[in-house]
Amino acid sequence: MGYAGYARAAVGATTTLLALWAGLYLLLTGRGERFNVGGYLLRISPYMWGLYGISLCIGLSVVGASWGIFIAGSSILGGAVRTPRIATKNLISIIFCEVVAIYGVIMAIVFSAKIAAVSGATGFSRSDYYTGFSLFWGGLAVGLSNLVCGLAVGITGSTAAVADAHDQQLFVKILVIEIFGSVIGLFGLIVGLLVTGKAEDFAVAVL
Amino acid sequence: MNEIHFNVDAGYLEGVVRGYRDGLITSPQYLNLTQCETMDDLKLQLATTDYGSLLQNEPSPLSTSTLAARCTDALVAEFQYLQQNAAEPISRFLDYITYGYMIDNVILLITGTLHERDTHDLLEKCHPLGFFDSMPALCVATTVKELYHTVMVDSPLAGYFRECLSAEDLNELNMEIIRNTLYKAYLEDFDAYCRSLGDPTATIMSEILSFEADRRTVNITINSFGTELSKDDRARLYPRLGGMYPEAQTKLARVDDMDQVKAILEQYGEYRSMIVGVNLSMAGGDSGSSALSLEDRFFAKEVQLNKDSFEQQFHYGVFYSWLRLKEQEIRNVVWIAECISQHQKDKIANYTNIY
Repeated sequence: MGYAGYARAAVGATTTLLALWAGLYLLLTGRGERFNVGGYLLRISPYMWGLYGISLCIGLSVVGASWGIFIAGSSILGGAVRTPRIATKNLISIIFCEVVAIYGVIMAIVFSAKIAAVSGATGFSRSDYYTGFSLFWGGLAVGLSNLVCGLAVGITGSTAAVADAHDQQLFVKILVIEIFGSVIGLFGLIVGLLVTGKAEDFAVAVL
Repeated sequence: MNEIHFNVDAGYLEGVVRGYRDGLITSPQYLNLTQCETMDDLKLQLATTDYGSLLQNEPSPLSTSTLAARCTDALVAEFQYLQQNAAEPISRFLDYITYGYMIDNVILLITGTLHERDTHDLLEKCHPLGFFDSMPALCVATTVKELYHTVMVDSPLAGYFRECLSAEDLNELNMEIIRNTLYKAYLEDFDAYCRSLGDPTATIMSEILSFEADRRTVNITINSFGTELSKDDRARLYPRLGGMYPEAQTKLARVDDMDQVKAILEQYGEYRSMIVGVNLSMAGGDSGSSALSLEDRFFAKEVQLNKDSFEQQFHYGVFYSWLRLKEQEIRNVVWIAECISQHQKDKIANYTNIY
């Protein structure tokens, strides 16, 4: 363990001690109820929740798609050195990965349609909170499932490329598995739609 | 989780090496090669394989040594392409592969110097994969210590020399001991490195390296019969890994003749099938008759293990395996060429089929 290790240990110990001190101080001076996670979460604006959901949805989807394209693409490139015929055929793996990003874009558009300015004097209604939460968790579900789907398709696509380079007949067989992988992203899409289906638009709730 | 980041460094190279693997000569092509009557026929048949373009410009009475040299050139060119495109940690893995050739080169140069051969001839005979910068200076050494301090200390092999320094002078027997000690240290180091890479590289490479260690154990035992090598020294040369370590090795360290070796090997399922029907009296590697020698069985087993490593994706073992398969292919082609040029067509089928 070098100096970096000592420094990390020191920082960790200091943080823990400070947190412990603050926690005990609040608790022992009779103000323990300030540790209110639920209240903290409720104080976050529903806009924040909704927009986080949208950005996670598109962001994670694009990460998944690009990662998958990278995994499949580098193998296609290597395999195509000896067998150039695989390059065109295996573009289908790249397209499957790309579809994952498109799911993310579609869902982000659907979600962002629910965002609108709240103009009532009463502020956010219960319905607004519901919309915010559903957008967040719907977006997270879509984003995560698309991330994993992109990885799965990328890895299968890479295998499809090297297998195709070795034996042409294997391509279709592995493609079938690849399609099963790409359906995972579709599941996320459907669940995302269902989760936010009952949420009403921000603007409608107030007008 | 290895799959998701493996291709960052090695995706392209893995694709390339799998392409190389597809270029290996298949069994129908071998059948065509064995049908050849003259070396020109063989050259014509080889033109349909990956070697075609290399042999094109050779003058017509093709000699076996030229054929072997051109094939090795092809292998080296492909390997160097991999090395040039490699990044850490794969470049280190490829370097590890070349250390084995470096050991052979060092031993070749020193043995040649002992017999007062010309340095330039020797340098030409060295395997190109095992070249390192200070290699031509090896010829000046007279004792192991001097060898270590003047030349080897800067080479990648320096760490492996630690155990050999007890040997004082360089003579024929010592050279073999040094070779085996170096190779033992190299195998153990390579195995430890592969294990540090984690699954699935570790699993696949440890299987291949275990077999390599077992093969060396048996070969050291067989070759030490009738020499001055004491039994303790013999036990010290065995690599400390593989399926035979430590139980079978302690037994093998005590044997005196081939029959006892056979009796020990028969106790282990993996090796029992291998020695059935083998004429052990010629196990030293010279395939005099049409019966298969133990050496051939080992080659066949090695080919099988290396083929298996291609069944899995996202690991470094394919690079090692491809090199071994390609070497076996060159041995096969040269064997067929030798049989044709020496009119020994009855032994031509003794090659080891790969695909």
